[in-house]
Amino acid sequence: MKYSYFPGCSLEKNAAAYDVSTRAVCKPLGIDLVEIEDWNCCGATEYISLNLLASYSLIARNLAQANKNIGVDQVVAPCSACYLNLRKTDKYMHESPDLSKKVNTALAAGGISYQPGSVKIKHLLDVVVNDVGYDTIQAKVTRPLNGLRIAPYYGCMIVRPEFGASAGNGKPLDNTEYPMILDKLLQVLGAEVVDFPLKAHCCGGHMTQISESTGFEMIRQIVKGASDYNADLIVTLCPMCQLNLDAFQGGMNRHFKTSFQMPVLYFTQMIGLAFGMDAKALGIGDELVNARSALAKIGVEVPEPETPKQKRPTKEELPMPHMPKEG
Amino acid sequence: MTETSVSPPVNTISNTSFLEKVIAATPGESHLELCIQCGTCGGSCPSGADMDHTPRGLFALITAGMKDTVLKSNTPWFCVSCYYCTVRCPQEIHITDIMYTLKRLAVQEKVYDDSTAPDFSKTFINWVENYGRAFELGLMSMHMLKHNPFGVFKVADMGVGMITKGRMAFRPTRIKGINGLKAILNKAKELEVAA
Repeated sequence: MKYSYFPGCSLEKNAAAYDVSTRAVCKPLGIDLVEIEDWNCCGATEYISLNLLASYSLIARNLAQANKNIGVDQVVAPCSACYLNLRKTDKYMHESPDLSKKVNTALAAGGISYQPGSVKIKHLLDVVVNDVGYDTIQAKVTRPLNGLRIAPYYGCMIVRPEFGASAGNGKPLDNTEYPMILDKLLQVLGAEVVDFPLKAHCCGGHMTQISESTGFEMIRQIVKGASDYNADLIVTLCPMCQLNLDAFQGGMNRHFKTSFQMPVLYFTQMIGLAFGMDAKALGIGDELVNARSALAKIGVEVPEPETPKQKRPTKEELPMPHMPKEG
Repeated sequence: MTETSVSPPVNTISNTSFLEKVIAATPGESHLELCIQCGTCGGSCPSGADMDHTPRGLFALITAGMKDTVLKSNTPWFCVSCYYCTVRCPQEIHITDIMYTLKRLAVQEKVYDDSTAPDFSKTFINWVENYGRAFELGLMSMHMLKHNPFGVFKVADMGVGMITKGRMAFRPTRIKGINGLKAILNKAKELEVAA
């Protein structure tokens, strides 16, 4: 199964662990990723806030670039925001010949064009559970995640809004209020899945940067929810959700004077672990909230963080003055 | 929810009503004119408590032609794009898309030009337009120094954590086709102004 791969900007650096684990598990799953050549940012939720046509043109350039992968008519995006933006552009261009014409006039300035509906856009989770399938995955599990309590967290943009069949994208992926596909996947991997009421709530997106108290409150609800249900960790499928719940968890704790320590990993990392892969090869250890004690439950050792090597003073350098030791 | 005085409808747009303008500036069938004021949107909104008006309230103001009140409202800027309202609306109004439209109109009319949220979008876009990719470290540090310089100390440990874990780039990636992308975006903006 060949797919044009759109990693998105987050997966280049802040969510490199998602990219690494995606590539690692796609091999055994038989998913052949062909990265879209010279892809650009999808504009997240920012470009569309200021420019409509430029935003759609920015996104459509990626779809045009995807068409350069001859014989591959499906695009896979691991980031929910990228996934939504790509699908939305395709849908609205499909529905509005006028928009399609304008976007193509803009694209022509860069010597490219895009015919809406000519590629199918899928989220990575969709590809894993529907194109590969639960049975194939289950057959490859060598280290079941037995005893690990997981809060499955979908966030918003993979399940909402349901862009239906109009752009040739088939049926809605899952229920918009209470999705189950990630729950089932984690069960297949052997985990104990928490019936998590906040699974499709919002992580706050860019809100920590716009209104800190609003952003932190949304993070708090989800982390506290998972903690109340005695989850060992949250598993997510979006780099923005991971960033908010993991990297901002410390700031959120300070803001509310709480002390949550809820690790947040990607579903691809969980697949890799269940397939017996090495934690480090899956980018585990990159998270700011340590997953060590959680993963110890399934006998997985999380690599120690690499401490920066201290430079030894050379003979030519003067020794640094020391305070006399007491006692 | 701080509507204290009821001012007469202000409609500075000639010929077309504000409602029509909002609908025209929203892609696809927005269904905005079908709002039945049920309030499902506000009840579903995770950041509704911090908004000046709920989406329902805002739509009533749009219909009443109260353009200035609408464009000055913080509501669109507090929208987190979770699409709960959009999927729950019994009239299938594309509420999230309308919030994006209102942001664009507020910036075009220079009502919301200097505040934090539009500036965040502008800083983000600036990297994208010049490099083709987003640049988180540059975005967050530039935005913070400009709007909340003392906030740097509060997030310092997170920044250090992200850097030591290798999760922050110090320079953005520039795509090979940046000149082509710039030409595309410039053309798109030209067409947008003409429309």
